[in-house]
Amino acid sequence: MSIQENLKKRILIIDGAMGTMIQRHKLTEADYRGTRFANWPSDLKGNNDLLCITQPAIITGIHLQYLEAGADIIETNTFSSTSIAMADYDMQDLAYELNVAAANCVKEAINQYKSKHPNANEKFIAGSIGPLNKTLSLSPDVNNPGFRAVTFDEVVIAYTEQIRGLVDGGVDVILIETIFDTLNAKAAIFAVKEFFRKLGKPELPIMISGTITDASGRTLSGQTLEAFYTSVAHAKPLSVGLNCALGAQEMRSHIEELAQIATCYTSAYPNAGLPNAMGEYDEAPHQTAHFIEEWAKNKFVNIVGGCCGTTPDHIKHMADNVKNITPRSLPILDPTI
Amino acid sequence: MSDQTIHIKPYLRLAGLEPLVIRPETNFVNVGERTNVTGSKKFARLIKENKYEEALSVARSQVENGAQIIDVNMDDALLEGVLAMTTFLNLVQSEPDIAKIPIMIDSSKFEIIEAGLKCVQGKCIVNSISMKEGEAKFIEQAHICKAYGAAVIVMAFDEKGQADTKDRKIEICSRAYKILVEQVGFDPQDIIFDPNIFAVATGIEEHNNYAVDFIEATRVIKQQMPLAKVSGGVSNVSFSFRGNDAVREAIHAVFLFHAVKAGMDMGIVNAGQLEVYDEIEPTLRNLCEDVILNRNNDNNEATEALIQYADTVKAKGKVEVKSAAWREGTVEERLAHSLINGITDFIDADTEEARLQYSEPLEVIEGPLMAGMNQVGDLFGSGKMFLPQVVKSARVMKKSVAVLTPFIEAEKERKKLASINPNGISKGPAKILLATVKGDVHDIGKNIVGVVLGCNGYEIIDLGVMVAADKILTEAQKQEVDIIGLSGLITPSLDEMVYIAKEMKRRGMNIPLMIGGATTSRMHTAVKIAPEYQDGVVHVLDASRSVTVAGSLLNKDQKAPFLQELETAYTALKFDFDNKKTIKQSLPYLDALKNKAPIDWNAFQVTTPSFTGNKAIVIDDLTVLVDYIDWKPFFIAWELHGNFPAILTDEKVGEVASKLYEDARTLLNKIVNEKWLTAKGAVGFWPAKAIEDDVILENAGESVALHFLRQQAKKAEGQTNFSLADFICPATENKKDYIGAFAVTIHGIEKHIKAFEENLDDYNKIILQALADRLAEACCR
Repeated sequence: MSIQENLKKRILIIDGAMGTMIQRHKLTEADYRGTRFANWPSDLKGNNDLLCITQPAIITGIHLQYLEAGADIIETNTFSSTSIAMADYDMQDLAYELNVAAANCVKEAINQYKSKHPNANEKFIAGSIGPLNKTLSLSPDVNNPGFRAVTFDEVVIAYTEQIRGLVDGGVDVILIETIFDTLNAKAAIFAVKEFFRKLGKPELPIMISGTITDASGRTLSGQTLEAFYTSVAHAKPLSVGLNCALGAQEMRSHIEELAQIATCYTSAYPNAGLPNAMGEYDEAPHQTAHFIEEWAKNKFVNIVGGCCGTTPDHIKHMADNVKNITPRSLPILDPTI
Repeated sequence: MSDQTIHIKPYLRLAGLEPLVIRPETNFVNVGERTNVTGSKKFARLIKENKYEEALSVARSQVENGAQIIDVNMDDALLEGVLAMTTFLNLVQSEPDIAKIPIMIDSSKFEIIEAGLKCVQGKCIVNSISMKEGEAKFIEQAHICKAYGAAVIVMAFDEKGQADTKDRKIEICSRAYKILVEQVGFDPQDIIFDPNIFAVATGIEEHNNYAVDFIEATRVIKQQMPLAKVSGGVSNVSFSFRGNDAVREAIHAVFLFHAVKAGMDMGIVNAGQLEVYDEIEPTLRNLCEDVILNRNNDNNEATEALIQYADTVKAKGKVEVKSAAWREGTVEERLAHSLINGITDFIDADTEEARLQYSEPLEVIEGPLMAGMNQVGDLFGSGKMFLPQVVKSARVMKKSVAVLTPFIEAEKERKKLASINPNGISKGPAKILLATVKGDVHDIGKNIVGVVLGCNGYEIIDLGVMVAADKILTEAQKQEVDIIGLSGLITPSLDEMVYIAKEMKRRGMNIPLMIGGATTSRMHTAVKIAPEYQDGVVHVLDASRSVTVAGSLLNKDQKAPFLQELETAYTALKFDFDNKKTIKQSLPYLDALKNKAPIDWNAFQVTTPSFTGNKAIVIDDLTVLVDYIDWKPFFIAWELHGNFPAILTDEKVGEVASKLYEDARTLLNKIVNEKWLTAKGAVGFWPAKAIEDDVILENAGESVALHFLRQQAKKAEGQTNFSLADFICPATENKKDYIGAFAVTIHGIEKHIKAFEENLDDYNKIILQALADRLAEACCR
């Protein structure tokens, strides 16, 4: 059964935070490097995507925990696996390989899961495309508001390479997430469309997830939610939604609005609340799940999960709480004005 | 909860920073035409002279005058079109008051259109594509527009040429529609037709029906393709009257009146010069109607009549008036208004006016400008401004500071000459070093802070991301920076910041440290970072606040009180935190109960008390208690925090603490020697057994249950959720256990308090109260 057919029947669960889970392993610089990068000139601790190559068992293990918790969609650990983001570590040449390796980690986890639970529902791999550390709509230069640290074409090239890695690695959907500058996301959408058009193959479904950062209810680059949705609707996405920056409580009004205007499925994976004074996320699993359950009952969402600070425990609570709730049905598109 | 299925209409939906949905009731959509080098001489000149900032004001004035979309065109032989389009649109993106509306990217060269599409995050309109070079190219260009997510204007132009008659217009538009919808997969509502508006009243008879052809073609197009839209360049129609704006405006109004009724949805117009149909002078209106509708126009009669009339009308034009009530306020109010609204038009003059009012130029920055930026910070914090607006405010600030800088420099120079012992050596603008800490690659917030601070005249040294502590501090010392700003987004960065603070102390640095980033907080700074470094650690909530914080830290008069105030606030926060701790995840009670203290009751040896029941104790001579006094809480009662006896020699409070201690000892001697107070107590032991969290004790043959609380915080593996009841042998064990209890009081204070009160000696009264409290506690020991 395809992901589309699944979405008609039930609310799908996307996994939770990767960073939080990696932190639990208390990895050292040497762990990040593994043997292959033992002599790499720059610091590598914190390069979580690299672990798909140097510590694949850890990443696979985390994916497996989320599968056991009830996640249907597992994200590849590739949030920063582009030549642009990897340049921080001088690893721009590894971008393609990282994406393939990351997809393999998820595949391995799904295989392990399926051998234990042969009758479980389908599981899907979402190729995660992050927002980049350079923005196309904002100038980092004080004296030149027209300056851009990167061009649209460079971003398209970097994303295209990532997409190629993800597709070769075998992902089921492309997930463009944590979008705080819509123009970066438009470059990603452009890259997906042109990649498949030139390949002459049918497009993989695209999931889009934006991030509302301000108290004003806008993206970092200044768009309102509706403007954001309008600007990415041409992707004809499988789903559109919100993740990161906010906890469920703060996200509620935005996801409610999105549910009214989106012609596709909607997704939401908030943080485990807002970070506390010590930078930790301490919203308990049952609390997050309680919010999510209310959204599900009100037909705001088709796909739910967690972002920063969430754990397999959070995902398990969510999955348990929404499993018997009928999903939001797609809006009817009127043929006339 | 609603089970009603949502219906979504196929409206044309566009977006800048805000959405623009074109609904049936939207009426006519104005597309501003002035940002077009082919139509506006002024705009063309500004672009050619590279005066982009001024060119932006052309765009802004269109928006202020009601344009709902702006058309941007850079087609000029003398311009490098791709570069000009890119430069201008990138600049527009940093102007939220312009960028809020959608952009129409206008060029006859597709490469310029594509360059424009690469700059705009919102959903644009491409103006235009057509079939003039054949279907294949048309389809390819449409595919590309679709991949960028733009709506398109399709010009009624094909291989044979531009459509001038009604039938040709309809024919070409229908053909293009079919191709776009069926072959390219375009949404019909994203298709906008431009069936060509040509000039009428040119004296050439074949042109006389052009307006009618457009209007009638529009009517049919909208009937046949109801989701598509119709647009056009309105000024073309009156081209033969150029130079006579009064007549042109009347023609436009009449033309639009009829075209909109026929279904025209949008048009490119001068948004500042739209005449209202009903307000056109009736004679002129009638003449225009004849020309537009091609009535009474055999042998160009209508045309002639309008030409004759036109000569009598003075081109009065319309003065574009901006609402300027805010210009009436005080100079401080005007500066604040400009900062909040991101207006640069008056900032130079207002700054100069303020400079003349204040005794020193620096006071303008520290007074009204900082006050304005504080308002910006408040608005941002409460969600009433968003980030690009804050960045814009910072740029206005920059302009104002630029006006003041020469005067500030001159002032410094003057002071240096006037004083033999200058306050400091002038070393140019203050330097602020910024870095994202080791292990963290997130720098967008840091970059914004850099922009905002840079706009305020500071020299920014940005070390980038993943910068090790050693590099940050070495560079800071080498470059003699005035402030270090650390940024980080992920949780582990917080520890790195603590480490850097420690390192600054170890290196004996004395410059202030600013902390910012998503997971940083005032609390974390107060509890973990500030205690590690004595010379100023400041948490900065967001970029908009960085300006005022840096300003306070670098002003020699404000710095000390600012840091003093901050230290008080942070100490209070830390005190609260240490006392409260954060609320951790809690366990359900039954789970907590399962995690009780693991005590091996088999190995437990019961100690039998020497008596059971109660005993009273009275101590008249308090000498025995004096050595048991814990002095630390005594000093805390006086808000002197520190360990005893170290506090007596503390650098800051040692003197005060010593004096207080001396006075307390004097009074204590008096209390003991003169037997002011008596300690009384009771102690008892009872046979007891625990049942879950209750302890049941036997007192004089009666069972009494003591209910104890249990910790319910979720704890790390291997740690216990304690209850006091855990330490009494459970009823299930066959052992006789005991529980003990005691209570103490200090008696006799009242009359001495009263005596101090009568002498108005609050000082000794409080010492006495604090000492009595200490003695009671000493008695417990």
